[in-house]
Amino acid sequence: MAYSDKVIDHFNNPRNMGSFGKDEEGVGTGMVGAPECGDVMKLQIKVQDNRIVDAKFKTFGCGSAIASSSLATEWLKGKTLEEAQQIKNTDIVQELNLPPVKIHCSVLAEDAIKAALADYQKKAAAKTSSGSSQ
Amino acid sequence: MKLPIFMDHHSTTPVDPRVLEAMLPYFTEKFGNAASRNHVFGWEAEEAVEQARKQIAKLIHADPKEIVFTSGATESDNLALKGVLEMYREKGTHIITSSTEHRAVLDTAKSLEAKGLATVTYLPVDKYGMVNPDDVRTAITDKTILISIMLANNEIGTINPVAEIGKIAKANGILFHCDATQGVGKIPVDVQAMGIDLMSFSAHKIYGPKGVGALYVRKKSPRVRLVPQMDGGGHERGMRSGTLPVPLIVGFGKACELCEVEMATEAPRIAAMRDRLQTSILKAVEETYVNGHPTERLPGNLNLSFAYVEGESLLMGMKDIALSSGSACTSATLEPSYVLRALGVGTELAHSSIRFGIGRFNTDEEIDYTIKKVIEVVTRLREMSPLYEMAKEGIDLKSVQWAAH
Repeated sequence: MAYSDKVIDHFNNPRNMGSFGKDEEGVGTGMVGAPECGDVMKLQIKVQDNRIVDAKFKTFGCGSAIASSSLATEWLKGKTLEEAQQIKNTDIVQELNLPPVKIHCSVLAEDAIKAALADYQKKAAAKTSSGSSQ
Repeated sequence: MKLPIFMDHHSTTPVDPRVLEAMLPYFTEKFGNAASRNHVFGWEAEEAVEQARKQIAKLIHADPKEIVFTSGATESDNLALKGVLEMYREKGTHIITSSTEHRAVLDTAKSLEAKGLATVTYLPVDKYGMVNPDDVRTAITDKTILISIMLANNEIGTINPVAEIGKIAKANGILFHCDATQGVGKIPVDVQAMGIDLMSFSAHKIYGPKGVGALYVRKKSPRVRLVPQMDGGGHERGMRSGTLPVPLIVGFGKACELCEVEMATEAPRIAAMRDRLQTSILKAVEETYVNGHPTERLPGNLNLSFAYVEGESLLMGMKDIALSSGSACTSATLEPSYVLRALGVGTELAHSSIRFGIGRFNTDEEIDYTIKKVIEVVTRLREMSPLYEMAKEGIDLKSVQWAAH
C-alpha cells in the first residue's frame, strides 16, 4: 500500500514524540489500544488555565497510527479543552489521506485525545475536591 | 550497491538471466503448439517440453512422465486434493493436513469440507512449526485417503520430517501429497526416498518464470489417479487440459537444472549470509526472537520478532529493503499471521515479526546494509513505543488492563 506524503513525513519526522513526567503539574494521559491488536497510543497533554500548552505521544503501531498521533499532538497544542474535544477522527483521515483500511488508526487517535482530556479533568476535579476539604 | 534491495525471496524470485535466455526463442521463432503432431513447429515445441520435463524430474528424482504441468503451485495443490478426493471417494473422505500449510492447501481443504466432500484433521505444530509424525499416525482413521503436509513453511522456513511421514502413509496405504513449493531447488528433494505420491511446486520460487508449476503424480507403487479439474484436450495424461505454455516450461526446466547443478554451493553460501544476518541482529538488538526451527530451516529464511515494535512500521522504516511481515496491518484480512499463531507466538509478537528471504543474487554488502538498517529502525521505533517505555519501567505488559477498541 502506498502511503501519503503526509503520513511519510510524520513517520520520518514525528512531532512531539516523548513523555511528560507522571507527576508533572497539569498533565493528562490517555492510553488506548492493545498490544494484541497491533496498536497502542499514549497521548499526553499539559494544561495551563484551561488551555493545552504542550502535548506528547508515543505509539506502538503502523505508520498511519504513528502519523495520526503525531498529527493529533500538533493540533492539540494551543487549543482550549473545549476546542480539543471537537477534534474528529474524520479530520485526521482527511488531513493524512488515510485509506479505508487505516481509518481505525484515526479512531484510535480521537479516542486517545478523549482519554487524555478525561484523565486531566479527573485529576483536576480530584485536586479541587481535596483542596476544598482542607 | 543498488537500492532498493530485494530480500523477499519466499514471495518470488527474479528470473535468472540464463533461464530467460533459454526461454526467448520459444516466444518468437519456436512458437509451436506442443500438441501439434503434424509439423516441425509442433515437434520442436514438444521436444523442448520433454527436455524440460527431464530437467524437472531429475531435480526431484522422479520419472519425466510423472510431471504434470500446471499454472503454479496453487493449481497443483487444488488438483492434488480435489482430484484425489473425487477419484477415491468410495474408499474414504478423510484428509490429514497441518495448521501451518499454505492457504492453497488449507482453503482447498476447507472448501471440500464446506461442500460436504471431505472431513479434515488439521494437525497442530510444535513451537518451531514442525509436524510430529506421531500425530499423523494417531490421526489416521479407516476413512483416511490423503495426507497433505508441506515440505518447508513459507513464513518460518521450518522443514518437516517428510520422509518419516511418507513412511507412515505408505504403511497405512494412504496417499501422501507434499506442498514442496518453498523447498524444491533449495534443499535436496527425492520423491522416492521421501515416499511422496503427489508433490506441488512452482517455477517462480526458483528463479524461473511466473505462471507455471507442476504436480508430481506417482506412476507406480502406487499408481496415483486423479479426476481432472480442468476438462478439455486431454493434455498431461488427461490430468490437466490446456495448451502448454512452452516458453514458461522451458524456463522452468532450465531453472531446475541450474538448481540441481548449483545447490551444493548455493545453499551453504546463502545460509552463511542468513546466519550472519541473524547473529548480528540478535547480538545488537535485545528482546528479538527467532521464529522457526533453529536448525531444520530453509537456508535463506530468517523470521524475527522484535518486541515492542509493530511490523508494518518496521517495513516502512526500511522501505529500501523489500521484506515481509506477519503483522495484521500488512495482510488483507487484518489478522496477524496464522502460522506464527500456530507456533504459540503471542499475538503481540506476531504483529512484530519480519521475514527475511535471502536469495541467489543477494550480496554480503546488502546483508551489511540490512543489519545496519534493522538496528537503526528498531532502536528508533522503540524510542517511540509506549510499550518499550513501560517495559523499561518494569511494568509487566501482560498485567495491564488494555482499553479494547
